Amino acid sequence: MIDGDKKTLLSKINKRLAWKLSIIVFAGLMFSFAVAPLYDVLCREFGINGRADSTATAFDTSQKVDKTRWVTVIFTGNTMPGLGWSFHPKQTSMRVHPGEITLTSYTAKNNAETSQLGVAVPSVTPELATLYFKKIECFCFKEQTLKAGENKEMPIMFYVKPDLPADVHTVTLNYAFYNGNAGLSQAALAEKAKSALN
Amino acid sequence: MSTTTAAHHDDHGHESHGHPTGLMRWVKSTNHKDIGTMYLWFSFAMFMFAGALAMGIRAELFQPGLQFVQPDVFNQLTTLHGLIMIFGAIMPAFVGFANWQVPLMIGAPDMAFPRLNNMSFWLLIPAAILLLASFFVPGGAASGGWTMYPPLSVQGGMSVDMSIFALHILGVSSIVGSINIITTIFNMRAPGMTLMKMPMFVWTWLITAYLLIAAMPVLAGALTMLITDRHFGTTFFNAAGGGDPVLFQHVFWFFGHPEVYIMILPAFGILSTIIPTFARKPLFGYASMVYATAAIAVLSFVVWAHHMFTTGMPVAGQLFFMYSTMLISVPTGVKVFNWLATMWKGSMTFETPMLFSVAVVFLFTIGGLTGLVCAILPVDIQLQDTYYVVAHFHYVLFSGAAMSIMGGVYYWLPKWTGHMYDEKLGKWHFWTTTIAFNVTFFPMHFTGLAGMPRRIPDYSQQFAEFNMISSVGAFALGISQLLFLYVVIKCIRGGTKATNQVWEGAHGLEWTVASPAPFHTFETPPQVK
Repeated sequence: MIDGDKKTLLSKINKRLAWKLSIIVFAGLMFSFAVAPLYDVLCREFGINGRADSTATAFDTSQKVDKTRWVTVIFTGNTMPGLGWSFHPKQTSMRVHPGEITLTSYTAKNNAETSQLGVAVPSVTPELATLYFKKIECFCFKEQTLKAGENKEMPIMFYVKPDLPADVHTVTLNYAFYNGNAGLSQAALAEKAKSALN
Repeated sequence: MSTTTAAHHDDHGHESHGHPTGLMRWVKSTNHKDIGTMYLWFSFAMFMFAGALAMGIRAELFQPGLQFVQPDVFNQLTTLHGLIMIFGAIMPAFVGFANWQVPLMIGAPDMAFPRLNNMSFWLLIPAAILLLASFFVPGGAASGGWTMYPPLSVQGGMSVDMSIFALHILGVSSIVGSINIITTIFNMRAPGMTLMKMPMFVWTWLITAYLLIAAMPVLAGALTMLITDRHFGTTFFNAAGGGDPVLFQHVFWFFGHPEVYIMILPAFGILSTIIPTFARKPLFGYASMVYATAAIAVLSFVVWAHHMFTTGMPVAGQLFFMYSTMLISVPTGVKVFNWLATMWKGSMTFETPMLFSVAVVFLFTIGGLTGLVCAILPVDIQLQDTYYVVAHFHYVLFSGAAMSIMGGVYYWLPKWTGHMYDEKLGKWHFWTTTIAFNVTFFPMHFTGLAGMPRRIPDYSQQFAEFNMISSVGAFALGISQLLFLYVVIKCIRGGTKATNQVWEGAHGLEWTVASPAPFHTFETPPQVK
């Protein structure tokens, strides 16, 4: 009889420990999901992984143009599978002074036979420069829709912050254009193209 | 009918009446020994299957050019070889050992949750079926590598879903099994067995089980995100929607590196059991072994990004992961030197389990050293995804994990079956395995240093000789394992009667019970002084 009591007690203790251990399991699961937003924030804050902002920055009027220094900015662009566009920078590189606002553009042409929605994702190399490369206006701030055969100039206005570390002489800006159609009908695309024009 | 020595416990009802027979004995089994046996057989079947896939890989790589399989099939072979060997062969084998040995070593009558234990095992079967069946769905099995990096794993066909689902099931099985093992170890030790008196194998499994319950859910999370990216329009790993494929690598390796130690810590436990037995000396530095194991486990969570040095990390990050990785060689070194010190001036004899253990200490150290080479940042950038890495992880996983499993099987086989195995054939198995293993994988260091990339079915003419040597070695290695199967079956069917202690230098509770170990043991807890 005492043996039986001991057994139920043991099974109670065992169950309690098992539930405690499943807290670790649950925490591990939650952690893996929390990593996704956390990673995003860390990358943007510290410029890790060349992740550039897709949001506009207001120009800081207090900063001076550093006429004594030249920085070469190289522009590259590519389209990802699933988007039938050709996409190129108009000028592949330019020399700018830090603090100077510069305007340049890319051209995109839709070679497909249907309207397509594109999303441009910017990245900056070297990663270290990501935090110092600021865009005032950019086509990457919103989705772009091109009708079949349509040709479009896509402007970008940027400046390089004057406190860019001295050992950085060249900054490369790349755009990867993705197909953003995912599940949109042609009618919906036409609607989007219309609203973009207005 | 009753074979138990504790049959006088009438108040225990059916438990004291021997064991059920027939198929249902296995299907409904809640007995830790039966479940352990099933785990080990399952693991061996998966080992042979994934080994057969490797034979396909080596047949294709025997000569340059494409001879046997198309590149997509080749990629399926490498992917499934990796997945099945890791999740189907090595991990279940260690769980099998845990099932058999942990209760026997700590003097517990069974695992804490026998029914959950049954479930942990039977979950493996649908998972294995999913993985094997994935070869026959349109597009063939998953082919993006066992690491399942997006975008390939997002683009892949139905077989990727099957693999992901299989891994989810295996994950549940591992987590439930680990909770069971931890609970057993904490709550069911015989009176007098304090934590620091536990056999080393139990310690390593306790720590491994903690690694499993902390790391497997992270893999489950990553796989779930992969599934939602594939089917529900999320973009965790898709840059077009603001995600990042590199994020998957971070999450995956946050699981993946602890996983590496999940596959090696129980092997360390087996070595720490076998070496003192045949050196006839107690384990040197028991406490330092425990602390070293714990240190390895803790460090395993802060080294993950050394798998991704070439993804474009900041230099500060690369340096951190380089140094933290190198730090792991300190506790690992403690272990290796402790084994050497255990052997030092011991009265050593070289039965098959000891041969395997000594070989593991030597070969695992080679694998550890090449791991240290890979940890050096500038070198790794050169070596990433070459055959050097393949050589490295086969030295730690085959000659580290798999060969300790073989050593462990020979060591405890007499206790499990009641018969001594055929020593001569066992030694033959050892020597053919060890030699063939080195013939297979040592040349890969050279092909890797020369720049041969992994996961490619064809290669440049300059690698032809070394690849041919590797392939010949691999075929010999594959055939040697049939000898292993023969020795084990022969031992089950008969042989010299084993004594209770089996080995002259064996100490511990498991050697106090009869050989073969009765169906029920330690129903009355033994007293540990």
